[in-house]
Amino acid sequence: MNPPAADPLSAGLLERLPLLARDALTSGLPEPWRWVSNSLLAILAIIVVFSSLFALLTLAERKVLARVQNRPGPNRAGLPLTRFRLGGLGQPLADGIKMLTKEDIVPRGADPVLHFLAPVVLLALSLLTFAVLPYGRLLVPVELEAGVLYFFAAGAATELALFMAGWASRNKYSLLAAMRALAQLISYELPLLLAVVPVVLLAGSLSTSGIVAAQAGWDLGFLPRWFVLTPWGFASFLIFLTAALAESNRSPFDLPEAESELIAGHLTEYSGFKYALFFMAEYLGMTALAGLGVTLFLGGWREPLPFLEFVPSYAWFGLKLLALLFVFIWIRATFPRLRIDQLTRLAWKFLVPLALLNLGTAALWALTAGWGPALQPLRWLGATALVAGPFVLLGRGLTAGLRPRTYRFA
Amino acid sequence: MLGTGLLHGLKVTARNLVGSFHDPARMVTTQYPEERTRLPENYRNFPFLLGDDPADPLGTLRCVACQICEKECPPQCIYIVMERDEKGKAQKRPKVFDIDLSVCMSCQICVEVCPFDAIKMDQEFEIATADRFTGLLRHKEDLARSNAYYHQLHPTEAAAVDAALAEQKARQAAAKAAKAPAPAAAPLATPAVPPTPLPPAAPAP
Amino acid sequence: MIALAAIALCTLAAAAVALALRDLIHSALLLIASWVGIAAFYLWAGAEFVAFAQVLIYVGAISMVVLFAVLLTRPPTAPVSPARSGRAVPGFLAGGAVLGLLAGAVLSSPLPAGTDATPAFGVRELGLKLLVPHAGALLATGALLTVALLGAVVLAAGRGKEDAP
Repeated sequence: MNPPAADPLSAGLLERLPLLARDALTSGLPEPWRWVSNSLLAILAIIVVFSSLFALLTLAERKVLARVQNRPGPNRAGLPLTRFRLGGLGQPLADGIKMLTKEDIVPRGADPVLHFLAPVVLLALSLLTFAVLPYGRLLVPVELEAGVLYFFAAGAATELALFMAGWASRNKYSLLAAMRALAQLISYELPLLLAVVPVVLLAGSLSTSGIVAAQAGWDLGFLPRWFVLTPWGFASFLIFLTAALAESNRSPFDLPEAESELIAGHLTEYSGFKYALFFMAEYLGMTALAGLGVTLFLGGWREPLPFLEFVPSYAWFGLKLLALLFVFIWIRATFPRLRIDQLTRLAWKFLVPLALLNLGTAALWALTAGWGPALQPLRWLGATALVAGPFVLLGRGLTAGLRPRTYRFA
Repeated sequence: MLGTGLLHGLKVTARNLVGSFHDPARMVTTQYPEERTRLPENYRNFPFLLGDDPADPLGTLRCVACQICEKECPPQCIYIVMERDEKGKAQKRPKVFDIDLSVCMSCQICVEVCPFDAIKMDQEFEIATADRFTGLLRHKEDLARSNAYYHQLHPTEAAAVDAALAEQKARQAAAKAAKAPAPAAAPLATPAVPPTPLPPAAPAP
Repeated sequence: MIALAAIALCTLAAAAVALALRDLIHSALLLIASWVGIAAFYLWAGAEFVAFAQVLIYVGAISMVVLFAVLLTRPPTAPVSPARSGRAVPGFLAGGAVLGLLAGAVLSSPLPAGTDATPAFGVRELGLKLLVPHAGALLATGALLTVALLGAVVLAAGRGKEDAP
């Protein structure tokens, strides 16, 4: 069911500000051109905003990782050609210039068409996923009835670009690493989708704005009805988080691109700008998945407390997105890398059964939605037990044969 | 239970992250070149020549150009020419005292063998230069530093050296004072007694 | 109409070039491109859900199956041997027979004439149509897929003793 489109006139001025700016630019044009230019402006806005976010994200990642490792991180590159350091804010610009000026080496035996197309296809598909995220109450670029499915379709097609990169390099190590990366991506596609199905079930809609609309309101006046604050939603969120980290090749699942693993995996034969494009596509994919996580579980653009409505909705979306990205960086700083057999085992033997059982718990939650206030504690306790029990049991099964290592000669 | 280790790890990294802003123990980087690490006193890098007068160290060098350090230097990076006056008599000063920076390995042997405490180790390491040939040869003008500078670099060592030199000077003065009245009294007692040999000077510490 | 012609042309061209190329991986990738063309056709026809499902399943998963099968069963750089001309005639006959069968089925089935006001067929209606008249088939398919998934997990888990932790 599509939610009724939000009435633009009833929202506050701050909410309408991006739309007013857009209309100021395009209102003079006749009708079909107006639609085309509105769409082009939306695309331009997404590209500009998320490319800048990508640049700042690389810097933020380096600084946060550095601070966790007791060092300051890049703090020298500032405004170019001046003395102002700005705490290292010019570092992304310096990195971009470096990448652009590097020589683009294509191995002689490589397949030139595929070698060129792989980063292009990857970046294009990663950018496509941004079209359905609801950035604000009035700011959905494309209102699709099956928005979540579109997101996953575009995301799944990126795996093909990875294979093209590994194959076109004509390097057996790249090919091997691309196959391993594909195995990782396919393994984690399933928990990702299975974690999202309960959300769709409870929201009753596949469209992203419908899912945000289903998380409206507050319990007891101050607890927001976000899906993450329910037992099944919390478990789904954790599974989604793990699978999203694996889908974007991010630590601790960054086996495909770690320097100690087959040099750089499928990226070995890429240098200069193409490498920067791969990098950008990976970060954009991570940002898009974080955006989807915010939409599905954290209430999208909704404010957490009722009296905070004056803050515009896109600011809330941005804040939640940045918080989730910070959690991704924090996880990268903390956990060691998983081996290929460890991560596939985690996916198939732990996350998939957990997600299936969680689906059952969510179905039970939906069936007991009509219970009165007296039975609510039972509902919550039952759901929590149904979520925690399998987690503990499956966790025991996963870590069954593992003991702390004993070193005989160390 | 699965996950407790993960949460503990997250807590540790969070503590590091937050602590790096206010706790000096959690931010161990010294931002060179704005900040310098405090070097230990025994750190050494390149020798320098010691002069007694802080206002004119080059004119009051303790070096007497005995060339012991030149002979003992393992990579032979010291080149000394003694100053001689018009008649060829050796003045106890070096005319040329060159040390090659690209050869010196800061082994401190020249310091250990110098009998006059004339050459000591400096601590300057930021001496990179783009001039590969003449920029890496240090002459006595560049090498001369005062004793006050030596005290600044290596206080304990400088204090010990000064104490030893003062003691040696006192011993020499005492020996000179002991020798002076004896020949005055000797002709009254025994005219044919040969003069007592002076005790040898104590070697520098 | 122009859009339909363009989509059809691209899809058929991709499939035809896929047949003609010697490099097997290139052929596989062009076949995947033809599947994307079919998804574009679904989008042109207004069936968004089916288009996204087509991309997700075909381009996202079945392409991986095809590529893995190609890579794991033959040396990937070995070129596909060119078809002997003797194979062309039976090939054309078989293709022509399938084409005739499909054309006959399409032309003789009573499809309603296209009107300007096609009813909007959303995801909800699709779901209801699947569940209400065809619930049995849907449940059987779901059960089959779940059993296959669990069987794969059990098969993989069964070899756990030899693997190092």
